[in-house]
Amino acid sequence: MSKEAVFMQGNQAMAEAAIRGGCKMFFGYPITPSSEVPEYYARVMVERPEENITYIQAETECSAFNMIAGAAAAGHRSMTATAGPGFSLGQEAMSYMSAAGLPGVVVQIMRPGPADGEILPAQGDYFQITRGGGHGDYYTLALAPWSIQELVEIMQESFVLAEKYNNPVVVVSDAMLAKLRESVVLPDYTDNEAAPEEKHNTLTGAKGRKRHLITTCGFGAVQWNQFNNDLQKKYAEIAANEKRYESYFMDEDPDIVVVAFGAYSRVCLSGVKMAREAGLKVGMIRPISLWPFPDNAFEGLDGKQFLVCELNAGQMVQDVKLSVKNKDDVHFFGMLGGIVPTPKEICAEIQKVEVK
Amino acid sequence: MKVVYEAPKINTGVPTTYCGGCGHGIINRLIAEVIDEMELKEKAVLLWPIGCSCVNVNTMDIDQLCCLHGRGPASGTGMKRANPDNLVIVYQGDGDMVSEGMAEIMHAAIRGEKFTVIFVNNAIYGMTGAQMAPTTLLGQNASTAPGGRQVINSGYPVKMAELLAELPGTVYSERVTVNTPANIIKAKKAIKKAFELQMKGEGMTFVEVLSMCPTGWSMSPVKACEWVDTNMTEIFPLGVVKDETEGLKQQEEAAK
Amino acid sequence: MNQVKIDFERCKECGYCIHYCPKKVLVKGDKINKKGYFAAEVADPEGCIACGTCARVCPDVCISVYKDVE
Repeated sequence: MSKEAVFMQGNQAMAEAAIRGGCKMFFGYPITPSSEVPEYYARVMVERPEENITYIQAETECSAFNMIAGAAAAGHRSMTATAGPGFSLGQEAMSYMSAAGLPGVVVQIMRPGPADGEILPAQGDYFQITRGGGHGDYYTLALAPWSIQELVEIMQESFVLAEKYNNPVVVVSDAMLAKLRESVVLPDYTDNEAAPEEKHNTLTGAKGRKRHLITTCGFGAVQWNQFNNDLQKKYAEIAANEKRYESYFMDEDPDIVVVAFGAYSRVCLSGVKMAREAGLKVGMIRPISLWPFPDNAFEGLDGKQFLVCELNAGQMVQDVKLSVKNKDDVHFFGMLGGIVPTPKEICAEIQKVEVK
Repeated sequence: MKVVYEAPKINTGVPTTYCGGCGHGIINRLIAEVIDEMELKEKAVLLWPIGCSCVNVNTMDIDQLCCLHGRGPASGTGMKRANPDNLVIVYQGDGDMVSEGMAEIMHAAIRGEKFTVIFVNNAIYGMTGAQMAPTTLLGQNASTAPGGRQVINSGYPVKMAELLAELPGTVYSERVTVNTPANIIKAKKAIKKAFELQMKGEGMTFVEVLSMCPTGWSMSPVKACEWVDTNMTEIFPLGVVKDETEGLKQQEEAAK
Repeated sequence: MNQVKIDFERCKECGYCIHYCPKKVLVKGDKINKKGYFAAEVADPEGCIACGTCARVCPDVCISVYKDVE
């Protein structure tokens, strides 16, 4: 496979990466800004029969998520891509897949809510993604890339992670990353998928083995308490292994630390660079895993000022406050409705932060 | 001694979780008998709904998935499309299918998903305690329809076997019941036919089974069997609603 | 002699076997099982024709039927 860069749209590059990562089953419902993903799968199904793609346009996102659950239970890699309203409809199945231990992968391409909202870039679904958006005590691993290159790599890895932990994984994108076109080196075809019958608890027919049973119905308080404790153990393991972040200019002892994630953090980094040119001592932390939140990135940063920049009314800022000792040192700059601030505006916000 | 009847081989011996006289027990047993007879244990995957049957998962020694309420046909779509050689059985109750999961069952039939749906219609919600179902008869008492179901509030009972037969994706639709020995034999035949058609990969196969819920209906089990005849079959007539087998055979022969 | 075996502990006293037995050889027993049901029992073993109807109507899979072929 050629390692040459191609110029490609985020959604399409992501779909191609998923196909090369062994995800041959896509179930989805069109919703802006995610629709290029189902379109891509549908086209590959027709134009590249050798890929053996199954594409189903579901009647609702609710069904699409449950189709993933079925395909995952049958031992096959499967995914959907959606935006906030569809992700809300899928929450029942997210809760279900978490309890059932089904490795479904969902791409959440955020747009501004609440309700129908807008179709522009936003990050207002952070809470829903990181807190387990459905009912019950559960979490889903959530990874938020900032470039198409990182997106395609995370897209492929998400299937491996989902199968490693038998847990759903959310790839967090937004209208910016979805519609952006830039150079990307597409990852090769991976050869890391086990056969369905070799995977955990898959339902392929009880041939030469004991029956497999996947159920999320409790059998009494004692059993269900134990079931939940086991789930929490798994989440502790994921939290111990999968915290990811990148930091910029943090080895230069900055006074101010900007915190931002996703495609918007690229804009923020430009703002940080502007502020540095103006003589301010600024660094940046970019959480890549939104759950588990990389609180370890904030160790040893007592006394510094933090500026959390998000395209919402202040959601990740809560996780930052939980990660630092002095909550009063955590400041917030948000923008709503789909407006993306310029680097200049972010630089101006950094300049407003009072260094003690 | 010649064995006239013994428990199906795939029966685990675990007692059922149903009330005395519940039709689910008979229907589950018929499914097990047919899987035995067709030697499909190694290919069968049974998808349970949410309802009384979702806790009865330990009586059969086959792969099983307990689905979300109403979503069986969606999960079944993912499963059958992933492994088309498996015998996928989507088992649903009236609340699960006709209320919560109406979109899922309709669209699975619209797509002609090649699994078998066993629809247990007992005209009441069993698990949650005798509330009204979309298939509750007019005037039939339910805990959420005291004094009987009224059209003005709740409309009319839904006839799923006829509704799905309208869709080209459904190749076989039959309504049976398990209230008498003769009807139990007919019900088993219908289930067997549906499984056979599924294994040939024809399209959606649908068996609606009118079932007794003595607890929910507040009557003795034997009386409940009679009530199926006296009240249910008038609204939900028994028999084959659609059978494309002959047409499919002709197509096959024409292709040869 | 033909034989009907009823799993005493699994019977839930629905009465289908008793009701549908063409020879009326089954009756409601007078002993209560662990679940609190008066399980069905065979009152007239000689009258059994081993037709299997009782087993086919049993929702709890607790009946086996054997025919004497000697």
